[in-house]
Amino acid sequence: MADDSTATTDAPGDGSSEEIVPAEPTDERREAILADLRAGLGDAVLDTHIDPGRDVWARVSAESWAETAEVVRHRMGAKYFGFLSVIDWLPSPYGRSMDASVDTVLAVESGDSSGEDDEPEEMQHGVAGGESRFQVFARVASIGVPGEHWGITVKADVGESLSIATWTNTFAGADWHEREAWEMYGIEFVGHPGLRHIYLPGDFEGNPLRKDFPLIARMVKPWPGIVDVEALPEVPEDGPAGEADATAGDASSEDSP
Amino acid sequence: MTAVTDRQKLSYIASQAADARVNVELETEGMTLNIGPQHPATHGTLRIVAQLDGEQVIRAEPMAGYMHRGYEKLSEVRTYPQITTLVNRIDWLGSFANEVPFILAAEHLMEVEAPPRATWIRTLLFEMSRVAHMILFLGDMGVQLGAVTPVFFAFRDREFVLDQIEKATGGRFHPNFDRIGGLKDDLPKGWIESTKDSMQTVLTFCDQIEDLLLGSEIFQSRTRGIGVIPKDVAMQYGLSGANARGSGIDWDLRRDNPVGLAYPDLDWKVWTHPDGDSFSRFWVRLQETREAVKMIEQLCDGMPSGPIMAKVPRIIKVPAGEAYVATENPLGEMGYYLVSQGGLTPFRLKIRSASFNNVSIAPWLLRGVYVPDIITILGSLYFILGDIDR
Repeated sequence: MADDSTATTDAPGDGSSEEIVPAEPTDERREAILADLRAGLGDAVLDTHIDPGRDVWARVSAESWAETAEVVRHRMGAKYFGFLSVIDWLPSPYGRSMDASVDTVLAVESGDSSGEDDEPEEMQHGVAGGESRFQVFARVASIGVPGEHWGITVKADVGESLSIATWTNTFAGADWHEREAWEMYGIEFVGHPGLRHIYLPGDFEGNPLRKDFPLIARMVKPWPGIVDVEALPEVPEDGPAGEADATAGDASSEDSP
Repeated sequence: MTAVTDRQKLSYIASQAADARVNVELETEGMTLNIGPQHPATHGTLRIVAQLDGEQVIRAEPMAGYMHRGYEKLSEVRTYPQITTLVNRIDWLGSFANEVPFILAAEHLMEVEAPPRATWIRTLLFEMSRVAHMILFLGDMGVQLGAVTPVFFAFRDREFVLDQIEKATGGRFHPNFDRIGGLKDDLPKGWIESTKDSMQTVLTFCDQIEDLLLGSEIFQSRTRGIGVIPKDVAMQYGLSGANARGSGIDWDLRRDNPVGLAYPDLDWKVWTHPDGDSFSRFWVRLQETREAVKMIEQLCDGMPSGPIMAKVPRIIKVPAGEAYVATENPLGEMGYYLVSQGGLTPFRLKIRSASFNNVSIAPWLLRGVYVPDIITILGSLYFILGDIDR
């Protein structure tokens, strides 16, 4: 800083070159976390992603899913179990048909044409990539030492078999999360002590959070969108006659079984 | 189950042996007790099916789902501004706190940052939701033990805090006040002063509760050593908030990962208690309420001036990406895992609510306890049904 005054003549050149090539933000702490994971799992770590200063992701192979839990808990010290869930990467086959007409206008205005044409969209995976339609992902963290808090999201592709190893042997708390994931996505967790329904009635059919499971409420009655106040029913000009009609109608509807 | 202390194991074996003896002599038959779904201790509609052997629980299983509203599915067909209305209703006693992590996640993906004043007001309302929430807990814990007076104090004094929230946001319970990029409105005139006054009421309430409950012999004997959760088990089940800190885990997201909120600028303390029983969870929450009052006073005094809204487009579209943002809500870690593919609606929104994890420990924790302790243990875990079922 003290050299600034003497270096002013050279500074513009340096400044501009720095602006043209901004240093890629790095995050050594999270790099170290991933290095630790790779050391524990080897080639099973398929892909990684770092959001510098914020977060870190890793995608592991489905075969090593149970081992991943062991490695993050015992080797890396991420003893805190955050959550476990599933993502269905299938583009919604219903497109914008579930939106209100008002919202669709909004979408066209903003240049969002998805679902306008009938062409099926490409499946597009999120950070750390992916290969299959369903991905199971879990969040664990290392807590308890002030200033040393970190968390990691690990993902794994669930293949055609729609089954993957359970985490309950390592994290007892995965029990309910896996029941929820099984119920909502139909992913079987091999070795889970009791995959039962957690929210839905026992005889419920289907997996509601799958993208190809329609939101039935929307199908029955379309979402009104921004304008959600219905217009008042029209009052007929000849009041008394209209009222008589209405009461007659009510009476008949009460009589009908 | 590996993570039981030796002392617990021995006491469990001893009690089982004693019970077996009694059973042989008296030939008691096991019975199944159904608690709920409508029970004052369940804060909504949690049903607990407990298999009993005499007065002891052999196996207890909470049955959730009476209030499942499918928010994860519903948010896939709603635009981002519409979703705050939904998430308000997850933990309905600390509604504003539900909006914040979701908004922060969307802001992070949009690379929008709220102006300092908005951040401070957010933090302020966040802490006020916590105070309103915790006041009810402190009073409610008495009711679980048969002391009816504290809960009336709680409902009376909580109203002072809710009034302030209503003055600022227009809603007592569901403010729907947070926006991507800032807040809906600025604070009304004279609000800061009246808030500071209401905080004095809260401090008095805390002292009253301490006098009424903490020293009481009945309270102590019903909560000390009851429902002990060891550190390691708490982490395995992902217990957060005061439940984790009551087990001696020194962890608070407000201090350890204060994304987008004003906590680093404040002077406050994280309280922990090493015992891990019902009493320690109550004690930690009592201290946290006072700590929150301290924070609110600092936030009121240091409130920066300036705009309350950053520049955001009229139609909110979130760029493709994934983000997990969690905050320390009144009940514990509340996080949103937001997956966006660049559209008007989230592609997937995983809601990690605190109570779901906090209650999932119940089958483990209730094994071997006596029937009346079921109620105090659940009361001390403190959950909101909407926060379990979502």
